[in-house]
Amino acid sequence: MNWEEIKSRAEAKWSALEEAPLHIRIGTPTCGRAAGALETLRIFRERLQREGLDVPLTEVGCMGLCFAEPLVIISKPESGFPPICYKNVRFDEAQKLINDFILGDDPCLEIALGTVELGQDDAPVIPELERFEIERRLVLKNCGWIDPEDIDHYIARGGYSALRDVLLGKDPEQVIAEIGQAGLRGRGGAGFLTSRKWASCRRQKSEPKYLICNADEGDPGAFMDRVVLESDPHSVIEGMIIAGYAIGAAKGFIYTRMEYPLVIERLQKALEQARAYGLLGEDIFGSGFSFDIEVIRGAGAFICGESTAMTYSIEGKRGMPRVRPPRSVERGLWGQPTVVNNVKTLALVTRIMEMGPDEFREIGTRSSPGTAVFALAGKVKQIGLCEVPMGTTLRQVIFEVGGGVPEGKEFKAVQIGGPAGGCVGEEALDLPVDFDSFRAAGAIMGSGGMIVLDNSNCMVETARFFLDFLSREDCGKCSFGRLGIKQLLMILEDITAGRGKEGDIELLEGLCEDLLQGCLCNLGRTAPNPVLTTLRYFRSEYEAHIRERRCPALVCRDLIAYFILPEKCEKGCDHCVLTCPTEAIVTDERTRKKRILQDKCVKCGTCLEVCPPEYSAVIKVSPPEKVKELESREA
Amino acid sequence: MKREYVDVTIDGREIRAPRGEKILWVALENGIEIPHLCALKGQDPPWGGCRLCWVEVEGRGLVTACTEPVRQGMVVHTDTPSVRRLQRRALELLLADHPMDCKNCPKRDRCELLKWMRFLKVKVPKDLRPFPEKRYPVDTSHPVLNFDPNKCILCGRCVWIAKEVVGCGVFDFVWRGYDIRISTFMGKPLKDTDCNGCLKCAEVCPVGALWGK
Repeated sequence: MNWEEIKSRAEAKWSALEEAPLHIRIGTPTCGRAAGALETLRIFRERLQREGLDVPLTEVGCMGLCFAEPLVIISKPESGFPPICYKNVRFDEAQKLINDFILGDDPCLEIALGTVELGQDDAPVIPELERFEIERRLVLKNCGWIDPEDIDHYIARGGYSALRDVLLGKDPEQVIAEIGQAGLRGRGGAGFLTSRKWASCRRQKSEPKYLICNADEGDPGAFMDRVVLESDPHSVIEGMIIAGYAIGAAKGFIYTRMEYPLVIERLQKALEQARAYGLLGEDIFGSGFSFDIEVIRGAGAFICGESTAMTYSIEGKRGMPRVRPPRSVERGLWGQPTVVNNVKTLALVTRIMEMGPDEFREIGTRSSPGTAVFALAGKVKQIGLCEVPMGTTLRQVIFEVGGGVPEGKEFKAVQIGGPAGGCVGEEALDLPVDFDSFRAAGAIMGSGGMIVLDNSNCMVETARFFLDFLSREDCGKCSFGRLGIKQLLMILEDITAGRGKEGDIELLEGLCEDLLQGCLCNLGRTAPNPVLTTLRYFRSEYEAHIRERRCPALVCRDLIAYFILPEKCEKGCDHCVLTCPTEAIVTDERTRKKRILQDKCVKCGTCLEVCPPEYSAVIKVSPPEKVKELESREA
Repeated sequence: MKREYVDVTIDGREIRAPRGEKILWVALENGIEIPHLCALKGQDPPWGGCRLCWVEVEGRGLVTACTEPVRQGMVVHTDTPSVRRLQRRALELLLADHPMDCKNCPKRDRCELLKWMRFLKVKVPKDLRPFPEKRYPVDTSHPVLNFDPNKCILCGRCVWIAKEVVGCGVFDFVWRGYDIRISTFMGKPLKDTDCNGCLKCAEVCPVGALWGK
């Protein structure tokens, strides 16, 4: 088959779906599956079969609306409605949709999230949701709309045409120049100019050259790369072929993690389909350029996301960073010139070739053109993925896209840039998201993880959590990384356990400064960020822990106690007494009110959870000695 | 054609050095001391793990001397406050993690930790939290070589020399983070490995972790 045939067949297949009297899309990425999407899929499939209906049922990727999973989109043109997106479709909702909308004509708007239309850049949007007013989807253009396991869907939406134009009409230098003109900066976190990296690799005389797609996403709470690869693998593959052509590589690797089985499965399928169409392999589009891609499964070591460690890991060696220079573009995989690019960078390469560098440059800010993909997690109403133009403020991302903090709690901080990024507070909310202003705030852009914290989070504990992660994931090679990070962690453990000492804050600051300069790799050099940023924005919390043995957020177990307010405790209710695992709650013979025996209490918090909300008699206090004060007040 | 030599200034001394040579070896060959624990001449790429050999290069700032090649006209200082600060901190961290049982140590007369402690006037730090005590078994199974992982400072010299110079490949790193250690394959006793007893690893080991009987 030649390209025209492939393309027209794909387009026919796509428009048959678009024009079908009924078409159901069900999002079955890993996040959807965790919410029960495979069960929803099974229900639809069985029910439709039973009804004898031959309705196309497409498994699509993730639209980023994780809070609404499982997500189902039903197109029924004759109903007069555009495609409608339904949220949290489980057994009851699925049956209802089949009965009322598919068999009947009631569109069940009460369980709908909104209608779906194709907006800017041909990306599906739900105009009813406020987030789509500020979102601009380039990387996520196809996510949740096409079947990631069917290359024809991708081709019908314009896929691989840009590659064809590149291979048949542009020389590699021109591609690099256009990427430079677009001002694309690497989405892995450091924000290095992609064109500069490519150009310096191309300049190297040594052959062969390699391209690596870094999909070793390991930040707690981050899932951008997983979603892109599960929902639209071909955007990344196309970007890789273009990058390979530009730098002069014939072989590419996608380094992802064992813990992403669906990514691996879908990538393998996508690569096979691309090979079958001649889009990968020898002499692509008859251009004389040959390129192939291999998927490498990492064993889940965070450090292997560092590019030199990653090249060692691919070579089958221990994943440990080495000193730079030489940089990977000079001496990378097997000592050969190698470019390492992030998943989203490569997907954006495809978009830039499609839309042209000038249009891309107009999106975002002057110094950081384009869009940024964020994985919103933590204390935010609408958890999920979003893509906004650079320059959007953190406030817009958290409150308009994410819908703000749930349960009437107050926003406290947001952790950006992964574990080695930083926790910035309220005063940084009006920062525009781009590489340079994040750095000024003490954080890094990172790969796009964003964890929102509310006033029930302790910032010292948060710093301890991230340092714990980093010390486990540190490779152990250099003295500052191995011992410095561990030392920071031990001090933070002491502070959260009430063993903090006068001078600890200064010790932390001094150590952090040494690590920033002294560590061998960027993991180590950024590891102090959680400590430095929490100290910068929430220093008083550290002081309260150390000087008053008090945890202002009432989180650190050793610094709090539980207390039952006698005036609120209802005599007859025994919820707390019955659920306390250590029998630490006693009933006063005379008043029948409950009291906690502090020396028996293990601070599990069960009593607080089970105390009926109309009483809310159980409270947490800090420091624990405050209990005595409250008890004496009572006496 | 490029000249084979470059002229550099280290601590005010003008030195002619082979092009591409790392600052560390140029300084040492000219009698200028730079504390270091992991570097061995010939390593490519340099290991750079001990983070001790800091120097300040004018116009560049702090760099590790084992990784930075000399360039024409380079001006290097080995004794500035920021150099010493990082060196002392790195050494303090290593000391806080090292069993200071010096009087019973077979290497006490040529321990490089002690050497740099004296050079940098560093003591075992009191302000740092003590690291958890290591209790790995000491391997005395081999006829000529002993191995005490508890004293190991993870400089990686034995790993490199075994792999790249001797070719026996007896040692490598296992685990990671604070739990990283040097191990034989599957933790086998040294007598059951390919060790031929050449003791090259014990020669380069800066502390009392590897020593000959």
